[in-house]
Amino acid sequence: MVDAKIPTGKLSEKWTDYKGHCKLVNPANKRKLEIIVVGTGLAGASAAASLGELGYQVKAFCFQDSPRRAHSIAAQGGINAAKNYQNDGDSIYRLFYDTIKGGDYRAREANVHRLAEVSANIIDQCVAQGVPFAREYGGLLSNRSFGGTQVQRTFYAAGQTGQQLLIGAYQALERQISLGNVKMFTRHEMHDLVIIDEKAKGIIARDLITGKLEKHSGHAVLLCTGGYGNVFYLSTNAMGSNVTAAWKAHKKGAYFGNPCFTQIHPTCIPVSGDHQSKLTLMSESLRNDGRIWVPKQKADERKSVDIPENERDYYLERRYPAFGNLVPRDVASRAAKERCDAGFGVGTSKQAVYLDFAAAIKRYGKIEAGKLALENSTDETIIKLGKEVVKEKYGNLFDMYEKITGENPYELPMRIYPAVHYTMGGLWVDYELMTNVKGLYCLGEANFSDHGANRLGASALMQGLADGYFVIPYTVGNYLADEIGTTNISVNHPAFEEAEKKVAERIQKLMEIKGTQSVESFHKRLGKIMWDKCGMARNATGLKEAIIEIQQLKKEFWQQVRILGSINEMNPELDKAGRVADFIELGELMCIDALNRAESCGGHFREESQTDDGEALRHDDKFMYVANWEYKGNHHWEMQKEDLNYEVVKPSQRSYK
Amino acid sequence: MEHKSINLKLKIWRQSNSQTSGSFKTYTVNDVSTEMSFLEMIDVLNEKLISEGSEPIAFDHDCREGICGACSMYINGRPHGPMNETTTCQLHMRAFNDGETIVIEPWRANAFTVLKDLVVDRSSFDRIIQAGGFISVNTGNAVDANSLPIEKSKADASFAAAACIGCGACVAACKNSSAMLFVSAKVTHLALLPQGSPERKIRALNMVAQMDKEGFGSCTNTGACEAICPKGISIENIARLNKEYLMAGLTSEK
Ligand SMILES: Cc1cc2nc3c(=O)[nH]c(=O)nc-3n(C[C@H](O)[C@H](O)[C@H](O)COP(=O)(O)OP(=O)(O)OC[C@H]3O[C@@H](n4cnc5c(N)ncnc54)[C@H](O)[C@@H]3O)c2cc1C
Ligand code: SF4
Ligand code: FES
Repeated sequence: MVDAKIPTGKLSEKWTDYKGHCKLVNPANKRKLEIIVVGTGLAGASAAASLGELGYQVKAFCFQDSPRRAHSIAAQGGINAAKNYQNDGDSIYRLFYDTIKGGDYRAREANVHRLAEVSANIIDQCVAQGVPFAREYGGLLSNRSFGGTQVQRTFYAAGQTGQQLLIGAYQALERQISLGNVKMFTRHEMHDLVIIDEKAKGIIARDLITGKLEKHSGHAVLLCTGGYGNVFYLSTNAMGSNVTAAWKAHKKGAYFGNPCFTQIHPTCIPVSGDHQSKLTLMSESLRNDGRIWVPKQKADERKSVDIPENERDYYLERRYPAFGNLVPRDVASRAAKERCDAGFGVGTSKQAVYLDFAAAIKRYGKIEAGKLALENSTDETIIKLGKEVVKEKYGNLFDMYEKITGENPYELPMRIYPAVHYTMGGLWVDYELMTNVKGLYCLGEANFSDHGANRLGASALMQGLADGYFVIPYTVGNYLADEIGTTNISVNHPAFEEAEKKVAERIQKLMEIKGTQSVESFHKRLGKIMWDKCGMARNATGLKEAIIEIQQLKKEFWQQVRILGSINEMNPELDKAGRVADFIELGELMCIDALNRAESCGGHFREESQTDDGEALRHDDKFMYVANWEYKGNHHWEMQKEDLNYEVVKPSQRSYK
Repeated sequence: MEHKSINLKLKIWRQSNSQTSGSFKTYTVNDVSTEMSFLEMIDVLNEKLISEGSEPIAFDHDCREGICGACSMYINGRPHGPMNETTTCQLHMRAFNDGETIVIEPWRANAFTVLKDLVVDRSSFDRIIQAGGFISVNTGNAVDANSLPIEKSKADASFAAAACIGCGACVAACKNSSAMLFVSAKVTHLALLPQGSPERKIRALNMVAQMDKEGFGSCTNTGACEAICPKGISIENIARLNKEYLMAGLTSEK
């Protein structure tokens, strides 16, 4: 049994108690301690900046040319915080409860409560840094509701919330770099973790400009390397998002928690063809006003606007009258898949449904006409006024849709389809965000996280910044206080030499295959297996097949992949090859985990475990645990459970009917 | 949306590394769907190159959604290509015609060294931020977010400037390779907010000094930067920076 080291005491007092009693490192000693931070997205940049401010010597790494380009930059919708500025009944408890329930009772209470507790500080911190959140005319911060919650607790900066938060953290980080507290290594990729005497003591990194390997030592290593949604090839993640750093740590002993928990976002622009390289998210906020439908008739070839009202199936409103178009992400995604699989899909690929704003445009138009006291206004005027309102609310999203599809969503309904978006699984961490490897921490999307089996909208940004600004500065000190005796860790230690040699050999091996198939082609094939068999719906037969197919793919990859160019130069193909090789191994583990979890919960839907009317069915008696996988050599893993105990919240089956 | 296939000729800058000189090479790509993005078209070309045994073209990209600022290339002489307020990754092939020749080059500026093919070094932008593009507040020092109301119009204007993605197209478009639009956007973002006020003088002075040190040229107000900026950053920001800089210089001389 895995011990999460949850402090004793009342749930609401655990964090305060912990902070009051954890060990501290005195300022003179902090200067002698080095911390390695891999990844400088929201989680990593906030951690590196905060630890630098505290006086630690920080070395930070990212693979992009600047920390400002991390995948976090793309988050659109917003960030949650229990500020209760709207006086609508929000509280730390309610945010905690919503997150636990939204996660379908597969998250750890103590961590989630802490997250809700520090959420308010995040907003304060960001505003102090100059993050230009949206404001009301009175000058105070504006909120919106997001992802079907009943309170308005989401803070936002138009559709660019992630960008503005990351720039805030990035600027704080650059300030620490200029003060000499943080040394930044851009265009660097971590290739291995170095463990000495059972403690994480450094990394092997590759300079992506020269191809040279480097050894970096530290008293603690923080992995903040983001999610692994790109295992599906197509996802809303940035092209470079990868699992490599976490995977290397996993192979060195760190448990991988709940790898199969993937979030499939219901509203993305559908695939347009074989050339498709990534998918684009259309913010969830669109479901506040858009109505989702498909034709009632199978394979209906008519244009959307030619299909009369009574021949349209507003299937979410039909199936879930209470929540309608605002059901949670996992439910909305599965419902779209169900309709398309049954032959009701639209567009050329038939893998899409309509998201229609015509009704909203009319509704808003009438309100505006009323405000202007326009009597007997024509339909034309009403629609014109309505379009203006919709433009004000969603203009940038509509523009983005038009740029990509060439269609005008003010005139025609959008076509959307679910896409892989976020991974709830990741390296297992205890209450202190430490993995089971001492001195190795994992923050942000890369850890197995506070979101259980399904993440609520606007909660990832909150978690990344909570981890980096407010949790790790305390918890890492509690460990480092006992490490002050360890002075300079030599990179000439045999463990470093050994790790570097292995990395070099692997790269050499990849280059020497000189096969016939591109890295991309393997990535695509992996993605297809994962999407078909470990995607929105999973079953035992499919998963077993997938495991065999992936093992086969791995073999073929190591015999057939073709990488041109050489090692000691900038070589994006080689970088990608290493990442895809790791994705292939991860894919197998995800299928093993999905096979083990013979229940449906959150984003994980096992076809064998559903109610008579096709809803997800959880099995708390059998699966109320975190499935942690310990690497035991090629194709072998052993599961180490962490049982989840709900002391405060009473788990119930979710219902949105 | 109707889509068709087009055939293209591409003239692309190839360069092994920053030490060697480069040259244009010509390629053809056929059956390009007009639904592809520009970078997907390069992906297709790269797959073809790999199958033929030649090295694919290196280019910076990550989000492919127009927000990370990684993608960076001249397309037919114009940074980010023909469409206004559109990054290279958001550009789609329906903007091109069958049989067209497209010329593709990396950003050209003294301060942006070419690292390989279309990839340039833009770390100078990070160093400019290090010089002062921040508000000096440590984690944990913040007061309640609503204790400091900010006029909506100011907050909106600050946000508009903060929308800069740091892509460097403004530098690439400028005949003097000036980074004034980028620097002014940051100065404006922070100067318009009360939190950013205490440091506004020193910030303007230090950021401009760093910009000069990095080898960016001076601004002669041609407006080329504003015209190509994918995020619509306004040249008014440059006027504001000049004012900030002047005021800072005047008061610090006393
Ligand atoms: C389109 C989109 C919209 C979203 N919208 C929202 C939203 O509205 N609200 C919300 O809460 N969440 C949203 N999310 C989710 C959220 O953006 C992410 O979960 C979050 O930003 C992840 O932050 P992070 O710091 O953990 O990782 P990332 O931002 O992914 O950063 C990872 C870092 O690790 C580095 N790295 C990775 N591997 C290596 C390696 N091997 N070596 C060195 N460095 C490495 C990278 O360079 C990068 O710096 C959205 C996600 C997407 C895809
Ligand atoms: S000002 Fe515009 S062109 Fe210049 S870096 Fe910013 S976004 Fe790019
Ligand atoms: S790839 Fe991110 S802006 Fe183009």
